[in-house]
Amino acid sequence: MAAVTSIGETPLAGQGKRQGGMQVGRRRRLNIFRYITFTLFSLFFLLPLLALVRFSLEGKKLGTWSGAAWGQILSYPGLFSAIEITLELAVISCLVVLLLLVPTMIWIRLRVQGLSRVIEFLCLLPLVIPAIVLVVGLGPIYNKIEHYNVSALQLFWVYVILALPYAYRALATGLGAIDVTTLSEAARSLGANWITVMFRVIVPNMWQAILNSMLLTSALVLGEFTVASILNYLNLQVALFNISRATQNAGVLFSTSTAALLFAFVLLLILSYIGRRRSAGGSWTASLEALVRRGRR
Amino acid sequence: MTFATSTQNGAARAGVEVRMLGLTRRYGQVLALDGLDLTVQAGELIALLGPSGCGKTTTLRLLAGLEDADAGQITVGGKDVIHLPASKRDMGMVFQAYSLFPHMTVRQNVAFGLRLRRVGPAARDKKALEMLDLVGLSTQADRYPHQISGGQQQRVALARALAIQPQVLLLDEPLSALDAKVRSQLRDQIRRIQLEVGITTLFVTHDQEEALAIADRVGVMRDGRIEQLASPTEVYSRPATSFVAEFVGLTNRLAGTVSGGTVTVRGRDLPLVDLSTPPGPATALVRPEAVSLASDSSGESGPLTGTVIATTFLGATSRITVDLGDATILAQLPTSDVTALSAGSRVALYIRPDPVLVSADASAVSEG
Repeated sequence: MAAVTSIGETPLAGQGKRQGGMQVGRRRRLNIFRYITFTLFSLFFLLPLLALVRFSLEGKKLGTWSGAAWGQILSYPGLFSAIEITLELAVISCLVVLLLLVPTMIWIRLRVQGLSRVIEFLCLLPLVIPAIVLVVGLGPIYNKIEHYNVSALQLFWVYVILALPYAYRALATGLGAIDVTTLSEAARSLGANWITVMFRVIVPNMWQAILNSMLLTSALVLGEFTVASILNYLNLQVALFNISRATQNAGVLFSTSTAALLFAFVLLLILSYIGRRRSAGGSWTASLEALVRRGRR
Repeated sequence: MTFATSTQNGAARAGVEVRMLGLTRRYGQVLALDGLDLTVQAGELIALLGPSGCGKTTTLRLLAGLEDADAGQITVGGKDVIHLPASKRDMGMVFQAYSLFPHMTVRQNVAFGLRLRRVGPAARDKKALEMLDLVGLSTQADRYPHQISGGQQQRVALARALAIQPQVLLLDEPLSALDAKVRSQLRDQIRRIQLEVGITTLFVTHDQEEALAIADRVGVMRDGRIEQLASPTEVYSRPATSFVAEFVGLTNRLAGTVSGGTVTVRGRDLPLVDLSTPPGPATALVRPEAVSLASDSSGESGPLTGTVIATTFLGATSRITVDLGDATILAQLPTSDVTALSAGSRVALYIRPDPVLVSADASAVSEG
């Protein structure tokens, strides 16, 4: 395979060089355009973020620097628990979404193709129903739930629904990339039952899609405000909003937001790193081996 | 011949007999299998050959348990398996599409079935390597499927199917995704391994050359039924129906008249395969290799003289199209005999008196 690819690529590369040789001026102009576009867009995205960081480090007097706002993050009542709750919500929502969607989608792909349109429609519905409408509908149910348990963790029911469209699309892409039918038939002819087919043959080949759907779900949960606020639960975004109204020191608001952002960023890095290692090495053991080898060097 | 093959090798395990009776399968309005009867003898390799949609793959999938039959019976070694799920049928299968598990190495792929059967790690590793050795890929054991070629992937799939020591081997067009050279090599390798292991095998293909080369018996299928089940030589030289004659190999359709045990085609009497053919006008099916040509400089015209329209070089043989005035005829000759016959040259034809089949379809009277 590798030989074929390299043979296929060589003439193309050569062609590129020749063309480049003939049109140096045009290529230079194109490169300048690229750099300008890149710089403009980088500024557009980075400036607000840099401003956020700068404000979080603002001292008592304008223009001075101070780490006080970062130190105060944990001193606000409710903030730490809100962070904790939000993280727990992210984990629970991810798990429930995966448990709900992965087996269902594989099953539909393998056994009841006719239902795939219906399921897709159902999963995409939360995209077109505004969160506000959803909450109005869910309000009475949450009123009942509150009789038994008032923990904000109950929010995961809504979050699972809100995350369905994104998780569904991510998983559908992953499933579409593998020949589910042939793989499952091969496994079955070798003696595998449906559970084995699902978890030892299909799922290991859609890890990237599973990670993507986890990433999207956690991003959604980390940034959710409307539902939590209306249902009167305290999650990270609601806590940040409360602080911004109650405190004179806006710095805490910025430091907390930055922290949340950094956290999401680190999560994204970890997930995409795992995804890359998986697709390159093919298995967890291979990624572990690669890490160990790197460590030894 | 069919039985001898499985016992040629002393190490061969006894294969089992597979019997299918009245198998029927419908897809909506379409009848894919129409009461198919087929018995594969122990250790035999039967190739199911036919155009797409003839039901050959459906037969294989019903046998494997990947689909349910609407009616009919399947017994393997005398045991009824029709109600068993695919995972319990004990059949190894190689698919047309590449079916190796992408997240496992070649070795893990081959050992997968053994792992499901709770064979210990050492034993299954040993067996996997043994199987890879059989298909000549033991050096690739730790590669991933995407790191090896298509032909190698199909060989690994074969090793994986055989590793579980199945009772029956099912091959669903395993060579159709490969290029011509790899295809013929792998075809021969499959046959060698099948004889070595002595396993009862059903091979589905739409490539007649493949079917004739590999099988003990060839079953030519059409519209969910088997038209003829016979040895490759018999299917080719004594086709049971005009469909078989035309599907297997090329055929000239020449107008003729049946009388007694012969059909008269362009002044030549050819013996009939089926002596009960009713007398009268008919279309005789003549193989291109039964037609030979010689340069004709006499300038006379007769029913068996014509002009070369085109020659097609096929390697060792060449195919020549000759215009007979009211029809065209195809001849296949050794390339060494063809050099003098360029397009436009006059030729005299000779039709070898092999037994021929006549088509009941009398509409194609003067068609070439």
